[in-house]
Amino acid sequence: MLRLTSVQTKYGSIYALKGIDLVVNEGEIVTIIGANGAGKSTTLNTISGLVRSIAGSIEFNGKDITYMPTDKIVESGLIQVPEGREIFPNLTVMENLRLGAFLRKDKQGIKDDIDYVTSLFPRLAERFNQLGGTLSGGEQQMLAIARALMSKPKLLLMDEPSLGLAPIFVQDIFNIIKKINEQGTTVLLVEQNATLALSIAHRGYVMETGNIVMEDKAVNLMDNESVKAAYLGF
Amino acid sequence: MSIDIVNILIFSGINIITVLGLNLITGVTGQLSLGHSAFFSIGAYTSALLMLMLGVPFGAALVIATLMAGLIGGLFGIPILRLRGDYLAIATLGFCEIVRVVILNVKVTIHGSEKLLSTSLGGIPGNTNLILVLILVVIATLFMIALERSKFGLALRSIREDEVAAQMMGIDIARHKILSFAIGSAFAGLGGALYASYMTVISPGDFGFMRSIEMLCMLVLGGMGSIVGVIAGTTVLTAIPELLRFAQEYRMIMYGIVLIFMMVFRPRGLFGSIRVNV
Repeated sequence: MLRLTSVQTKYGSIYALKGIDLVVNEGEIVTIIGANGAGKSTTLNTISGLVRSIAGSIEFNGKDITYMPTDKIVESGLIQVPEGREIFPNLTVMENLRLGAFLRKDKQGIKDDIDYVTSLFPRLAERFNQLGGTLSGGEQQMLAIARALMSKPKLLLMDEPSLGLAPIFVQDIFNIIKKINEQGTTVLLVEQNATLALSIAHRGYVMETGNIVMEDKAVNLMDNESVKAAYLGF
Repeated sequence: MSIDIVNILIFSGINIITVLGLNLITGVTGQLSLGHSAFFSIGAYTSALLMLMLGVPFGAALVIATLMAGLIGGLFGIPILRLRGDYLAIATLGFCEIVRVVILNVKVTIHGSEKLLSTSLGGIPGNTNLILVLILVVIATLFMIALERSKFGLALRSIREDEVAAQMMGIDIARHKILSFAIGSAFAGLGGALYASYMTVISPGDFGFMRSIEMLCMLVLGGMGSIVGVIAGTTVLTAIPELLRFAQEYRMIMYGIVLIFMMVFRPRGLFGSIRVNV
């Protein structure tokens, strides 16, 4: 579904991605784990076109999206949930959701999907007319995910959904990611909380300073001694 | 000394239309512009010259002046709208100067005699009246309310809130910014055209950079992003200098004091509910 072939990305003169290969198959949850600054977020930003790669290619559903503008990429069914809950703070919950469906024209479908996302996140339904910025951290993360789902994505990119959340919310969010995946959305998940990420993922990649250093089934990575030592805190 | 209410209302109306345009650019879309007076002057000169040189009727001149300012605003937006915040502000300031200097150097022929625009341009048909201004204020206000509530308006607000997140939602940022700039500038053009036909005499000095700042003050006083705020802020700041005319030069001190108090006690403006970071 998604294939990155030796993708390189630079910030100024510094290589943030030094040529990475990555594959996501339809129906999977794939996670990228690694330390701060390893290039995980950059990988997602490069896929969604916010940052441009300088070499390599990115293919999504058979189409080359390497140089496609972000709005066209979103249109083709790939959307990113930004890191740090970048919701629109002065817009209502409802307006945030409508923006998720910005490129869609099927009014009935949008209505149905608002029902769908509020069934996933019942708290949002109680707060439709509240400004996004007045929600709690966990609710904002829910809104960010719900907003992305409103675009009816085939592939959802998620950047650190657990960042800054209370542990009780983190478990909730991960359960919902699993549920979203079971209902047919493929997920590429970047996460510092490696234990949790590997527990719901099918496959995982380990990144270090702009390179992918390991790739395996999630269960195997969890048992891998060096992964355990470096990322799982055993 | 009598206060000319009609005069104040007409100026308020012209300013409301103009500042509604600035509100779209700065208050709704979050793009700080210090060049709004340039589009006001483009509207004023376009309409005045069309009437004086070609004998175009007033109504048509208004429409063409509006479109002209919008077109130039859009074209100008293409190169500069990738800039943000203070960089954008400085670029718009530069544009304001360019327009002023161009006008200072243009030579036109009116009724067979050559004339430099650096001197004042008189004899403009005085067709602007209170009724017309009020009707246009109502239309402009309704247009802006509808625009803000539309999907397009929602997208503009999302750009103000968080440009990166807006981009992630699949919004074509550049296209929306340019359209916002074009529509906002068109409103300034309409304001300028009405101004020219009210004053009947215009000169480049009427449209300096300080005019842009004045427009921004009206917007900030009323509350960025608030249409009610635009109407209130603009009317207050248009009326104050007129009402305080007896105080002569000291009136501008009063004007300044009002602004300082506002910023201290109501930084979001009279009717603003949100904080706009530009």
